[in-house]
Formats: sequence, structure tokens, C-alpha cells
Amino acid sequence: MTDQRPTSPHIQVYRWQYTMLLSILHRASGIALSIGALVLVAWLLAMAAGPDSYDRMQSLIGSNVGVVMLFGWTWALFYHLLNGLRHLFWDIGMGFELPQAFSTGITVVIGSVILTGASWFIGLSIFGGT
Amino acid sequence: MSSEQSSGRRSPLSRARGLGSARSGTTHFLSQRWTAIALVPLIIWFVIGIIAHIGASHVVAMTWVGRPLNAVLMALMLGALFHHAQLGLQVVIEDYVHAHGAKIILIVLTKGAALIFGGLAIFAVLRISLGGVA
Repeated sequence: MTDQRPTSPHIQVYRWQYTMLLSILHRASGIALSIGALVLVAWLLAMAAGPDSYDRMQSLIGSNVGVVMLFGWTWALFYHLLNGLRHLFWDIGMGFELPQAFSTGITVVIGSVILTGASWFIGLSIFGGT
Repeated sequence: MSSEQSSGRRSPLSRARGLGSARSGTTHFLSQRWTAIALVPLIIWFVIGIIAHIGASHVVAMTWVGRPLNAVLMALMLGALFHHAQLGLQVVIEDYVHAHGAKIILIVLTKGAALIFGGLAIFAVLRISLGGVA
């Protein structure tokens, strides 16, 4: 840190492109999902502990704050899943051309929004939870 | 785990082929990918299951998680998920935390937390599946 060594160009020297935002969102959604996984742990532990703790957990999840956070985690999950698939295809050398990188990026964003909306619509209207 | 030990056990060529210059980079990279591939079907199964059990009563939820196939899939998903999460968080910490001591402590805490929470969750699934309705 004290050395005056040359540093590589960082984010501020590049022209802003939305693929950069997608890359940052992949990391951010991964961090958010790591925290969300703890809710799943708590839910399973509460279920194993018995009906009373399960019901308390369910009302916590079903509260206004709980629903908003679950909605956010749902989108983070679908985004990370779809963009993760995009990464896996890159890993086997597919989709590297610039137009493809842009179009798959848009597909991932639109797909994650549609899947999030569809999940909540189906969950609430067909299985009708409260 | 130190670089001295691993260089003692491996020839320079095998180190370059298997682990790269950063001691364990290739193993980390591949583990991140294998867990990612495993999580694709497991997460799809999980999301469909959760959607179908929104607002489920304790008995219904217990029956779903406790069914042998579901319990196995849930345990596998939890294992892959927490392994994948701690690998990803390790990279985030390595990228942004440059003080050596703080970096090591954060990575160890992350890996320890992933092990503990993953273990707790799998224990809960086993208790639900094998312990009968409480």
C-alpha cells in the first residue's frame, strides 16, 4: 500500500455501459442472496422446532417488511440464476460477441422481472397465501 | 494449506496445471462452477416448491419438506448453496478488503458461518424428515 507502484486502470476510466451495471448486480444479488439464505435456515429451524415457532416465523415472513424483502430476494434469485447461466455459457466460450453480450444482458433483466412477477402472481392467486 | 506446503507436495508443472499461480485459484474457480451447475435444477425445484407452499400450515410444510425425496433435494441444495455462497463472498472480500489481517479474519468468519448455518439447516431438514411430526 505504501509502494508507489503503477496501478491498473479502474472503473472510472471506462465509458459507462449497462453491461457494467449487470456485472455489479450479479455480485450485489449474490451478497443479498447469501443473507436471504439465513431466512431459509431460520424457517427450517422454526419448522423443526414445532408449530408455535413455525407460526411465529410465518407471521414474520408474512408481515409487510417480510413480504417486501421476500419480493426483493425473489428478483435477486432469478437475476442471479439467469445471469449465472449467462456466465456459464461464457465459460464454455459461447455468447462472447459484443452484440450477444448486450442482447443476453437485456434478456436476463427482462426474464428476471417476468419470472419474479409470475412467481408472485401464481403463488398469491393460485395457492392464495397470506 | 500454505503455499510452501503445497509447493512441497507438487511439482511446479502440476501446480501450474492444477492450481495456477494463486495457490488454489483453479480449484476455487471450478468449485464455483460445479456448485452453480448443481444449483440450477435444485433452485428451480426449490422455487416451485416454495410457491406451492405459500402460507402452508405447519403440518403441510412438514409433510412437504419431510418427504424423503424432498428432504434429500433440500439437503443437497443447502450444501451446494452455502458452498457456492462462501466461495463467492470470499472473492468479494479478496477484491475489496486489502488489509491482510482483516481479509483473512473476514474470510475465515465467512467460511465458518457458511459451515454452521448450512449444518444447522441440514440438521433441521433431517429432524423434520426423520423425527416425525413434533
